[in-house]
Amino acid sequence: MRMGMQSRIGGKSTRFQHFLAFALVLVFLILSGNQNANALPAFARKYGLRCSACHESWPMLNYFGQKFKDNGYQLMNDRDAPIWQNPGYWPVTFRITPIWHRVSTGKVLIDQYAGGVATGTAVQQRLETSGFDLSGLDFHTGGTLEKNISFYVLPSSDPTATFHFETVMGRLDNLFGTPWINIKFGRFELDNLLSEKRILTLTASGGIYQLYHFAPAGDNNLMGAIGQNQLGAELMGHSNDDRTRYSAALVSSSVGNVNLVTTSNAYTGYFTASQAFDTGRLGVDRIGGYAMVGQTSTYYRTSGGTLVPGSGIGNKGFHREGLVGQFYFGQHVDMQVVTQHGWDSAWLGQGYGNAINPSNGAPGGTPLPNNPPGTTLNPGSLAPTWNGVLVEPHYVYSPQLIFIGRYETIRMSRQSNGPSYGPTTIAPNGLEGPTPSNFGDTSTFTIGYRYNPFMTSRAGFAWHNEYNWLHVDGAAPDGTALNKSELLVGFDFDF
Amino acid sequence: MRTRLQTWSLLVGATAVLALPMPSWAQLTQSDLASRMGMESHIGKITGHAKDAKADYRRYCVGCHGELGDGNGENFPWVDPKPRDFQLGIFKCRSTPTGTLPTDKDLFDTIARGLDRSNMPQWSTFTKQERADLVAWIKHFSPRWANEKPGTPIQIPPEPDVTAERIKAGRDVYARVQCWKCHGVLGQANGPSAATLTDDLGRPIAAFNFTEGAKPKCGDTDRDIYRIFMTGLDGTPMPSFADNIKPDEAWDLVFYLRTLMSQNSKEKTMAKQLGLKPVDPNAPAGQQ
Repeated sequence: MRMGMQSRIGGKSTRFQHFLAFALVLVFLILSGNQNANALPAFARKYGLRCSACHESWPMLNYFGQKFKDNGYQLMNDRDAPIWQNPGYWPVTFRITPIWHRVSTGKVLIDQYAGGVATGTAVQQRLETSGFDLSGLDFHTGGTLEKNISFYVLPSSDPTATFHFETVMGRLDNLFGTPWINIKFGRFELDNLLSEKRILTLTASGGIYQLYHFAPAGDNNLMGAIGQNQLGAELMGHSNDDRTRYSAALVSSSVGNVNLVTTSNAYTGYFTASQAFDTGRLGVDRIGGYAMVGQTSTYYRTSGGTLVPGSGIGNKGFHREGLVGQFYFGQHVDMQVVTQHGWDSAWLGQGYGNAINPSNGAPGGTPLPNNPPGTTLNPGSLAPTWNGVLVEPHYVYSPQLIFIGRYETIRMSRQSNGPSYGPTTIAPNGLEGPTPSNFGDTSTFTIGYRYNPFMTSRAGFAWHNEYNWLHVDGAAPDGTALNKSELLVGFDFDF
Repeated sequence: MRTRLQTWSLLVGATAVLALPMPSWAQLTQSDLASRMGMESHIGKITGHAKDAKADYRRYCVGCHGELGDGNGENFPWVDPKPRDFQLGIFKCRSTPTGTLPTDKDLFDTIARGLDRSNMPQWSTFTKQERADLVAWIKHFSPRWANEKPGTPIQIPPEPDVTAERIKAGRDVYARVQCWKCHGVLGQANGPSAATLTDDLGRPIAAFNFTEGAKPKCGDTDRDIYRIFMTGLDGTPMPSFADNIKPDEAWDLVFYLRTLMSQNSKEKTMAKQLGLKPVDPNAPAGQQ
C-alpha cells in the first residue's frame, strides 16, 4: 500500500487527483455553508410562547418543539386554526447573520512568481482569510391553513441574495382522527431527529453535520446526503405524547433539484423510528434508528453528444443506516449522538452518477463520467463503505446561554479503488491505482456558545461565537492530510 | 391635655399600623418565594421538589405566568384568557370542593392536559417527575399552601346507564339551576347573563359554548364534566352546584349536556329520537 502511495505521488495524474479531491472538498464546503434553520418567531407570536418553549436554543428543537412540529405546527388546542388569529396576522419570519470570520486552510497550492513573472511552480502554503461577511437570508413562512392542514415555505438565499426554495410543503395531519397518520408533500427536510436545518453552529465546516453529507473521495453519488432537503412525500406518525414516532418517505433521487434534471424515475426511501423514555429527573431520553435506501441514475442519454436533462437511467443503489440517541442528563446537560454506516454501489464509487451536473467536474478538469451501455468497471472496483459517528454535547446554562461541542469522525472501511486496482490505472473518478485505506477519512470538532440577551415570544437574537477544526486525510495537494480551521462571531437574529 | 395625648396616641398608633408590611400577595418578592423553596408535591409515589423546577419554569412557563407567578409575564397583555395568578392559590380545575385548594394530582393533570380555549398547551412532554416538580413550584408561589391543606376530593358515584328518562331529567336540572342564563337554552353561551360575566378580578369572561366543538377546560370525560359543576370553577362565575344538585341528578345533567355538544354521542342520538326540545325559560318549575 505504501508503495502504491509513493508511485501516485510521483505520477503525472497525482496533481489532478489531489486537485480533484481538494476541489471536491472545497465545493462540498462551499455548498454546505448554506444555512437554513427553522426558528420561527412567527409561531411564538401566534401562540404567545417564548423561543425557549420549543427550542433548546433556537433553532434547535427541544422535545416540546419536536411534538409541535410533529403535530403539523399545532399545539393541538382550539388556537391552532387560523380563524383564531388576528385577520392581519402574517406568519413570516426572516433570519440573517452578520458575521466576522477567519478561515485558515493548511495546505493550498500557491503559484510562485519571480520578478512579476510566474515561475511555473506552485508551493503548498497555509492560506488565511478573514473579514466581515454575511450569511444567506431565509424567509420562513409556515402555519396552519385550517385545523390539521398546514404548510411551510422557505425561500432561502445565499449571501448574494440568489434565492431558491429550500422548503415547500403541505401537510395533512391526524388523518382519520389519529396522530399515527400524517402526510407531507413537497420539498422538505428528511426526518432527522438531530436536524441539520436546526443546527446550532454556523461555520462552513461546522455549520453542517459532516456525517449527513459524506461521500468518499471520487464518489459521485450526491443523493446519499441525508441532510439535503428532498422532493417527495412522507408518511409520519407518533403517539399522542410523541414518545413513539416513525416516518417513511419516498423521494425522487433528484437531490432536491426541481425540473427533474438530475434523474429520471429513480427513487429513494428514508425510514426512521424512535422511542422516548421517561427517565425521571434526567428528562425524556430517546433512541432510534434510520435507514436510507435508494437508487440514482448513472447514465444520461445524449442527443448530438449532449447530455439530455432528465434522461437518467442505469440506476445504481446505495444505502445509509444508523442509530440516533438523544440523552438528557438533567436540565443542563444533554448529548446528541448519530452513527452511520454507508454503502455505495461500485459504479457510484467509480465516479458515475453526476454527469448531468451543470458544472460537470472541476473547472479545467475531466468532465464527470457518464455510463453509456457497454461500460465496464475495472475489476479492482469495489463498493465503498464507511462508518461514522457524531457526538454533540450541550451545556444549557439557561435558556439564554448554551455551550455547544461537537466531534465527528468518519472512517472509510472500503475504498472504491480496491487493493487489486491497477497501480497506474486512473479510475473514471480521477483516482489512480489502489486508494490508501484512510483516504478521505474526516474528523472535525466544533466548540462555541450562543448567548441570547433577551428571550421573548416576539423575536430571536443570539450573540454567536464558534470555532471549528476540520481534518481530511489525503485531501492536501501532496496527498497528505488537509487541516482547516474557522473562527466565527456574529449576530444571529430573526424576527 | 388629655385630648392632646389621645390625639398623639391616635396618630402614632395609626402610623405604626400603616408602617407594618401589609400581607398582600402582590407585594411578594423573590426573597419571600425563596423562603418557600422547600415546597413539595406528592403524586402517587413521586415527590416533587420546587427547587428542581426552576429551570423548567423559566424555560416554559415564565413568559405567561411571570417570574413571581403572578400571571404578569410578558405575554399578559396579548393572551386571553389571562394567565393564572399562582399567588392567589385559586384554581379552576379541581377535584376538591369550591373554595378549597386543589390536590397535587389536580395540578399535575392540568399541566399535562392543558387548557383548551386558552394559551395553555398540553405539556405532556415532561416526565412525571418534572411535572411533579412543577406542581411544587406552582405551590411555592402562594402562602395558602403553607397555611391550608387541599380539600378532600368529592366522591363521584359510578356512572349509570344512559336512558331517555335520564336525558329528559337532565334537561329539567339544566332549567331548574338556570344553566341557560349563561350557557343559553341551546348551550350556545348566549344566555341573558352571558354578556355580563366577569371573573373574580373583574375581567370579562365567556361562558362555555357547548356547540362549537371545544373541549371543557377541565377535561372532557363524563366524570370530568360531572366534577366541573359539582366543584365549580373557582375564580370564575361558574359556581359549585354541589348543594343544589344530587349526585344522581348530576349524572342526568351530564347526559343532557352531551346532547348539546357538537360531537357525536349516544346521548345526542337518543335526544334526536326523542325529539327533545330545548329548555323553556318561561315554563313553570317542573314543567319543561
